[in-house]
Amino acid sequence: MIRPGKLITRNSLNITFNRRTMLIGGAQGLVGAILAGRMAYISIVENERYKMLSESNRVNLTLIPPRRGWIIDRHGKPLANNKADFRVDLIPQRVRDVDGTIDQLSSILKMTPDKVDDLRAAMKDARGLQPVPVAAGLSYEDFAALSVRLPDLPGVAPQRGFSRQYPTGAAVGHLLGYVGIANAEEYEENKNPLLITPGFKIGKDGLEKYFEPQLQGKPGARKVEVTARGKIVRELGVQEDVPGKPLKLTIDGGLQEFVARRMGRESGAAVVIDCQTGGILAFSSMPCFDPNSFSDGIGRLEYSMLSQDERVPLLNKATRGLYPPGSTLKPMAAVACLQHGVDPEETVNCPGGYRLGNRFYQCLGRHGPVNMVRAIEKSCNTYFYAQAHRLGYDKIAMVAREMGLGEDFNLAGLNQRYGTIPDSEWKMRKFKQEWTASDSLNAVIGQGYVIVNPLQLAVMVARLASGRKLYPHLIPNTRTAPTLPYPPEHLAIAQQGMAQVVSQGTAARSKLPLEGIAMAGKTGTAQVRGLGSGSRGGAGVPWKYRDHGLFVCFAPVEQPLYAAAVVIEHGLGGSRAAAPVAKDFMTYMFDPQKAMDSLLAMEAGWGGNIQQRMAAEFDLFRARAEGRLPEPPTEEAAD
Amino acid sequence: MLAFVPRPVAELPWQIIFITVAIAGFGVIVLYSAAGGSVSPWAGIHALRFVVFLAMALVIRLFSENFVKWGTFPAYALFAVLLLLVELAGAVKGGSQRWIELGFIRLQPSEFMKPLVVLAIARFYEMLPIGQARSWSAIWPPLVLIGVPWFLVMTQPDLGTSIAIMTGGVTVMFLAGVPLRLFIGAGLAGAAFVPFAFFFLLKEYQQNRVLIFLDPESDPLGTGYHISQSKIAIGSGGIGGKGYLQGSQSHLDYLPEGHTDFVFATMAEEWGLIGGLFVIAMFALLLRWSTAVSLNAPSRFGKLAGGGLTMVIFFYIAINMLMVMGLAPVVGIPLPFLSYGGSSMMTIMICIGLLMGIERTTRQGGGGGRVLA
Repeated sequence: MIRPGKLITRNSLNITFNRRTMLIGGAQGLVGAILAGRMAYISIVENERYKMLSESNRVNLTLIPPRRGWIIDRHGKPLANNKADFRVDLIPQRVRDVDGTIDQLSSILKMTPDKVDDLRAAMKDARGLQPVPVAAGLSYEDFAALSVRLPDLPGVAPQRGFSRQYPTGAAVGHLLGYVGIANAEEYEENKNPLLITPGFKIGKDGLEKYFEPQLQGKPGARKVEVTARGKIVRELGVQEDVPGKPLKLTIDGGLQEFVARRMGRESGAAVVIDCQTGGILAFSSMPCFDPNSFSDGIGRLEYSMLSQDERVPLLNKATRGLYPPGSTLKPMAAVACLQHGVDPEETVNCPGGYRLGNRFYQCLGRHGPVNMVRAIEKSCNTYFYAQAHRLGYDKIAMVAREMGLGEDFNLAGLNQRYGTIPDSEWKMRKFKQEWTASDSLNAVIGQGYVIVNPLQLAVMVARLASGRKLYPHLIPNTRTAPTLPYPPEHLAIAQQGMAQVVSQGTAARSKLPLEGIAMAGKTGTAQVRGLGSGSRGGAGVPWKYRDHGLFVCFAPVEQPLYAAAVVIEHGLGGSRAAAPVAKDFMTYMFDPQKAMDSLLAMEAGWGGNIQQRMAAEFDLFRARAEGRLPEPPTEEAAD
Repeated sequence: MLAFVPRPVAELPWQIIFITVAIAGFGVIVLYSAAGGSVSPWAGIHALRFVVFLAMALVIRLFSENFVKWGTFPAYALFAVLLLLVELAGAVKGGSQRWIELGFIRLQPSEFMKPLVVLAIARFYEMLPIGQARSWSAIWPPLVLIGVPWFLVMTQPDLGTSIAIMTGGVTVMFLAGVPLRLFIGAGLAGAAFVPFAFFFLLKEYQQNRVLIFLDPESDPLGTGYHISQSKIAIGSGGIGGKGYLQGSQSHLDYLPEGHTDFVFATMAEEWGLIGGLFVIAMFALLLRWSTAVSLNAPSRFGKLAGGGLTMVIFFYIAINMLMVMGLAPVVGIPLPFLSYGGSSMMTIMICIGLLMGIERTTRQGGGGGRVLA
């Protein structure tokens, strides 16, 4: 290079120019070599990696949600199946203009305002690829109209698939549970891509949840070539899904539906058990939500209607409703007495009550001298007060537990509240107090500390009727239940008492209208207001203070096939509210046509079947929510 | 030359014509595929433009060196004013504007500035008395000549073009014999200036581009998406490519700007490393020719202008290819003769035309020792 001070000539500048041009040329050549080397590196050394990335760009693997296994009853009749369905979901991450998209969808699909509000709310909380259901059960025309506009609606995913269907709707809600879209937490747990596949649902409650692994099945897959904008260019291959395995239950579908419908407008629960196996034939808690609408993603309005209803449709009363069993425990108490040497022919005089110290414990009537069978038949409190005072309740409590009361059954994940069968040790533990004779008197008539759920009552009567320690179950099994540790003669006395309850006693109005088949039962009335409150829960008080009506029964008397428990909340009394329900569904088991005819007549008076009544209720609720109808006057004000 | 070929035809610079036809022809083939196997909308117009601009270059070739010298400063002044007008128009309308609407064509003054800055500085050094070649008066006027358009383009903002203008101008200064220590000093000062420029002069989107260039995976769906997809296209092509019309990256729209800035990736996906080396080789031949033209030019103006124009062409090629291979940030500079787009092809063809003119002058004068080719 030229140093300062050196003479500058044209020639020296030319030499500088030539040198520097060569330098630049060399630098350019070096850049060229770097480019060639870099390209060779990317396309040879990293070729495999980029090929894979290019393929994963090009090929889109869409999971096909597997068809869910059917749930069938003991005769193979579906309680839950799948229906072919056109549905549409939104994939939050791909939606560009949420409001615009929702507006377009609502006009194409003609959505109602409350559904649009629900969708907006759902989209606010939605993130990522978790699909948000827009609508299911679309008509082919709507589906086609939507499909045509897809290019302008990024994030909208219409799909032809299958959705869960419960043919008898609310009748199986608490039994089967329902299905729904996996939530974010469930997806975080195992990151299974199936969980965020539009249209895929998992069991959310009840049997649907407990038997999820069996019912789920294996997804299929569709390989398609897609553009960067998600447009499908062509299909590369399809692998069919493997449907989930069917789940067979001990339930009798016809009976299940009949019981639910026969409950009518009442709030309550009924459980029917097969006296030969312990299999549950019907398991009903009414009123109930419709699992179909839960599975489609229930609307906020419908949900708030359900959660505001004082008859608590969202609670499974068959296992989670706890009630004082009242007199329904008397046959069991009789067995306990026989166990401890009470002579069944010994009589107790009933003057209308029993005096303990300076308190007089009321009986419902003046029965005069009663023996054990007659005490059951007439539901004489005095007789059992006397026996409980003599024996102490601890001995009765042992029999009660043997009969299944207070027990938490292992029943397909069904959530239970198992209540209390009290004894002296329990009271000491719980209240640090000695057991008193007064406690025994209250407990023996199923009041006081005693509290049970309807399932336990059904198990109790099934064991009492069969003489075996039947274990309630929903999935058929071949286990034989052991016999109860009580002599059959003792059980026969309790059964005899129950038979007379129906033939001539407190439930005489609920005889089966059938030739040669008789039912045995025991009524119970449970007070809702404490005994000390002074006022009884009769017809003159608001619904929520009225007494619960209970009834336990089995039929036929001679060779018990079916045992059942019915609880009608605030039904005023066992013989009045619960026994007629039992009579009708027991009739159904022997003569379905006859029972169905009388049910249809009753439903006409109630304003239609379950579905029709629920729809009417919802319309009314919606009208009130939208201010089109005034709020109803409260019951207190009406009384 | 064969005797029956007329002399004006025989004297045409066939070597460079073949090179440009080869690259642009390949460009037409690639653009045909980029459009999904269709002449429209790109391949046909690309071919037509190339023919028009090649004709324009051959016309420029006929300009005498004196005519070019005479026109340099007026043209420079004219386009500097136009640049200012564009700037003002942009300021009035809001947002950035880079062209003047002439009705039939969109005139982009910054494109013309690339060769004009080179010519103006070459002209300046030619006029400068030889004895002052290393003095202060040899330095500040070129810096002004570079600085005015650089600043105007930078504020448009068009980072790529402003750097191209500066690179061309500084190259001429370097070739003119400005002391080396000044370049080293300026280089160090520039390095120190980079952080300042990054934080205060660049707009946010420009800053992002630089950041994402440094770490493309940090934003695979945003700005880094371009680079990632481009590398996937090139890498998945392998040695022989996926086959003509078989590129999934380009045809399924994963590769953005596959017909303009990222046309090299579109090509590489289908033609592989072999296609890429062919393109690089053709550009090497082009630059070898232009470097030889400048070395062989007898006049100082011809030498300096030739060297500067070579650098302008090189700048396009190098920055674009470094960008598509993930070695430079995304700056929006097209690849000559391959990318679809009129203004860049026009700039390149003006440069080629001017270089052809220098070569013609050299041949006519017969002076100067032939260094290369």
